[in-house]
Amino acid sequence: MIKASAYTFKILRYDARAPEAEPRFATYRISVIPGLTVLAVLLRIRDEIDGTLAFRSSCRSAVCGSCAMVINGKIDLACRTQVAAFNTDTIVLEPLPNFEVLKDLVVDMTPFWRMYEKVKPYLIRESPVPEKEIPQSVEERNRIDQFVNCILCACCYGACPVLARDPDYVGPAAAVKLERFALDSRDERPAEVLERFNDEKGVWACDTVFRCIDACPKDVRPTDAIVGLRKALVKNRFKRLLGGKK
Amino acid sequence: MIDHDILIVGGGLTGLRAAVGLCDDFDVGLVSKVYPTRSHSIAAQGGLNAALTNNPESRDDSWEKHTFDTVKGSDYLADQDAVEIMCKEGIKVVYEMEHWGCPFSRFEDGSIAQRPFGGAGYPRTCYSADITGHVLLNTLYERAVAKGVRIYPEWFVTALCVEEGRCHGIIALDTQTGELVPVRAKVTFFGTGGYGRVFQHSTNALINTGSGIGMAYKAGVPIKDMEFVQFHPTTLIGTNILMSEACRGEGAYLINNQGERFMQRYAPKAMELAPRDIVSRCIQTEINEGRGFDHPLGKHVHLDLRHLGAQKILERLPGIRNISIDFLNIDPIQEPIPIQPGQHYSMGGIDVNARCTSEIRGFYAGGECSCVSVHGANRLGGNSLLETIVFGKLAAQAIHEDMAKDPLPLPDERPLLRLQDEVEAKIGRLTEPGRTERVYRIHAELGAMMSEKVGIFRTREELDQALGILLNLKARYGRVGVSSKTRYLNYELINALEQEYMLEVAHMIILGAILREESRGAHYRLEFQARNDKDWLKHTIARIGPDGLPAISYKEVVMTRYQPMERKY
Repeated sequence: MIKASAYTFKILRYDARAPEAEPRFATYRISVIPGLTVLAVLLRIRDEIDGTLAFRSSCRSAVCGSCAMVINGKIDLACRTQVAAFNTDTIVLEPLPNFEVLKDLVVDMTPFWRMYEKVKPYLIRESPVPEKEIPQSVEERNRIDQFVNCILCACCYGACPVLARDPDYVGPAAAVKLERFALDSRDERPAEVLERFNDEKGVWACDTVFRCIDACPKDVRPTDAIVGLRKALVKNRFKRLLGGKK
Repeated sequence: MIDHDILIVGGGLTGLRAAVGLCDDFDVGLVSKVYPTRSHSIAAQGGLNAALTNNPESRDDSWEKHTFDTVKGSDYLADQDAVEIMCKEGIKVVYEMEHWGCPFSRFEDGSIAQRPFGGAGYPRTCYSADITGHVLLNTLYERAVAKGVRIYPEWFVTALCVEEGRCHGIIALDTQTGELVPVRAKVTFFGTGGYGRVFQHSTNALINTGSGIGMAYKAGVPIKDMEFVQFHPTTLIGTNILMSEACRGEGAYLINNQGERFMQRYAPKAMELAPRDIVSRCIQTEINEGRGFDHPLGKHVHLDLRHLGAQKILERLPGIRNISIDFLNIDPIQEPIPIQPGQHYSMGGIDVNARCTSEIRGFYAGGECSCVSVHGANRLGGNSLLETIVFGKLAAQAIHEDMAKDPLPLPDERPLLRLQDEVEAKIGRLTEPGRTERVYRIHAELGAMMSEKVGIFRTREELDQALGILLNLKARYGRVGVSSKTRYLNYELINALEQEYMLEVAHMIILGAILREESRGAHYRLEFQARNDKDWLKHTIARIGPDGLPAISYKEVVMTRYQPMERKY
């Protein structure tokens, strides 16, 4: 038989449309069976205790990226975090940092998507399209593998200390997307597209303290993307200096 | 009021592909109840079928053979002309997605990799490890961003507006502001996905309520073949998260508590790669006859990957391994995965033809919310991702052609304003004080009833009971209230609005299942265990009657060159 244990959930509540009420922790007591996820408990709280609780969710299998939040101080997806994973019967939930809170655990993702769009997140090609597929070797495909895995959940964005002090920084997720295309053997983006991020708001802003890597639920290493982009930019600069090309 | 030439509802693969095909020539608006990359297309794992002949073992594959496999897999209920179009067009869309940057896995020669899948004569499933839906959805979203498609993210559609056979648009709820917005369009296209959440045990995302199908039905659009519900053979116990057919495509075994590969008794040739309807029934039979395993989270059999070896699992099925570890603390390299069948896919849906047109002027639909029908009574694995993109593209072409031949003007705004008042009144009722019924209870009871009584094996007795329970839930829905009058980010309110449509979807499924006295594909009646082509080789059509209840009629199946024969694997 499965035995349920009692847990205390403390959830940071706030409503940007009623700013006179300060953010406050609401406490919910709920009995949980082993294996239950934080998302499953959130759904139960909204259903059975408090219908006004706001949080995003969809796939419940760690692929859609909706339910990123801070769980007992650690940024993760609520759907893949088991309640029993912490050595405590108190679970504290807070919204993702580095974003404006709209309501409770729902943050305004607009700046995240703005940075995403800024890096031209799509394949750019000049060459004519072949009749069949553009060939790509297994090795070339593997090179972009970890960056392809990004689910745009913004865990890295919430964890980034640079974004905390400079919201204009391109940020880890957008850098991952840029490197995913820059490294793709089929992509033919002109050097200027990378050059746009060759400054202190771009790839040079990163502190390389790897918070994004710790936060990523899909084992993507945004710092690898940033380091890769820096190398490519330095290489471009040398090429220009040595090649004498205008 | 917002006006667009073309309004697309749904930010999954079908909606995005339609938008990308239309935005160069029309003013397109795309409404999605989540950010498009959160759409359920993202969760597809195994791949999409197209006869590219890249696999050394598929050199003499062809779109004709793909068509035959699909028709046979459908238990002959698919419209064969539409299947031909899908299989032929499939080859083009796979190359097109590749040209747009989709990172498919590759063979050594640099071509797109293809793996074996259930019910297929050749290995023709193109894939990217076990995250094919993820890479396809990202690629199409990237294309939509590149083309500057106007997207309204986190807008929930509350009702579809149809009057006198003409579609006028929708009433949307901007969930971030709480504002109710009528959106008027010359053409409205639905790519709103399936209804998995009508069942308790489903692989589907929480957003898959089928509300698009329900609101089209409520607006008077005919709905087709709703009794055909796909149960996927391999879902994780407890959460029912999908364990891709790619596991078996790569060679995984299904094992009962005797240590036996039991599929040899049911499908000696195809074994684990028989079509999903058959494998699900086999697993359920093993469990029902006491050859399953017991677990607090549910009875199950084993999906065993261990003999594939760590390298193949890590390379081809990394997502499956992560899910098993994250959700059950089981590493499939070391241990078999406990699985059970669960609701997975909606073969039925909004009645459209191969051009995605419905009988309503200016209303089109495609993807899982629609029924063309290309899947008939049972969909083959790898054909749903294919359908989403092919028919998103074909819908865009059809809308182009239709608008060139007979340009539709912007419709009258009055029906939309009237409908807006109705939705206002509905929300007003739901937020009245003193209404004690809670939507989550109705949802939970509906799901439990559907999984228990309208599942893999069906009987008249249980279906009748299901109908009784459903009518009772519909009555109780009239007393549902939500805790807060607030309209923005009020998820309880959205759930309550969706629940009405879920009840209608369930009603059509149950009624279709009661009436169809035969077994075909995923619809299996214990009293009528054989397929009956003489009486039942026809599509079920449900449309809302004057009494507000579904009225059922039937429609011919289109046959071209494949006469029904016995389905053996």
